[in-house]
Amino acid sequence: MNCIIIDDEATARAIIGQLCSNFKNLDVVEEFPNAIQAIKYLNQNKVDLILLDIHMPDFTGFDFIATLKNPPKIILTTSDPQFAIQAFEYECIVDYLVKPIELARFEKAIQKAESVAAKPVKNVETVNASAGSVETSSGNDLYVNIDRRLIKIDIPSIYLVEAKGDYINVKTEEKNYTVHSTLKKIEDKLPSDLFLKVHRSFIINTKKIIDIEDNSVLIKKDVIPVSRANRPELMKRLNLL
Amino acid sequence: MIQETPNLNYIEKLSGGDLTFQEKLIGIIKTEFPEEKEIYLNNIESRNFKEASEIVHKLKHKISILGLEKSYEVAANFENSLLENRAEGKADFENILKSITNFLATL
Repeated sequence: MNCIIIDDEATARAIIGQLCSNFKNLDVVEEFPNAIQAIKYLNQNKVDLILLDIHMPDFTGFDFIATLKNPPKIILTTSDPQFAIQAFEYECIVDYLVKPIELARFEKAIQKAESVAAKPVKNVETVNASAGSVETSSGNDLYVNIDRRLIKIDIPSIYLVEAKGDYINVKTEEKNYTVHSTLKKIEDKLPSDLFLKVHRSFIINTKKIIDIEDNSVLIKKDVIPVSRANRPELMKRLNLL
Repeated sequence: MIQETPNLNYIEKLSGGDLTFQEKLIGIIKTEFPEEKEIYLNNIESRNFKEASEIVHKLKHKISILGLEKSYEVAANFENSLLENRAEGKADFENILKSITNFLATL
């Protein structure tokens, strides 16, 4: 397979080049410090594989892929594990390597590139379900899109989700996230044994309840209303003495 | 303050004993690191936090290559804080840069 390396960091290009040198069937034909130069090259030349950095100034790896009519196989090389889910939306991406890359992991990626003839297009839903193959996903994670970055949230750390117009506010032990989404969408992603919609604007993590009054629950410092219709389900979930 | 010492373990392992490659890579790092550090310092001085976060991102890779695992986390948090227009973690991050600068000077 002939391949090119695209990375704005000279150190990374040298490392990836060295990793490639371990494989006789892999021929690095060019290296580029930015996507623009690579596009020019690909207009004139065909390659089997691209080792592509995501995080580059001006033109990201994803922007680059969007310019390719018939993209070859691509292995992403990045320091950003949070892009893993987004990466697998692309048919052409065969693997996702988090820097610093170890030889054994690189070898696996090359083997995948060799064996993958045509990978079916997956959407995010499918990938979420099969994210066990992604190093950084455990099945307990949820990725939210904030300013074009997919941020990983540990699901059990979420204690409250609040609807705010076109947005939802996801509150976790560590941090709050404001995401352009709906309560319904996140409700479908959260495990129903842990989370419960107690009001049209609120989903709570039932394990985080501190106390309950007639029509409200206390979670952390938030007092959350419980609608009459949802109260029976909430009561069912409690280990009442 | 984080007590970690940069090391060449990753580079040595990656090279598979190829001293020429080790020398070449160290040379690239010795050239690239001070350039990136300067860009970082200029951006942070001008309070261009977004641009500073971009360069912290690049420096993060070098931090990991030099085996500084805890420092990598510090840098990652600092990068996120810069993206939120804050400079929380600046002192710790700059200590890491100092530590790497001193280490590279010994190579």
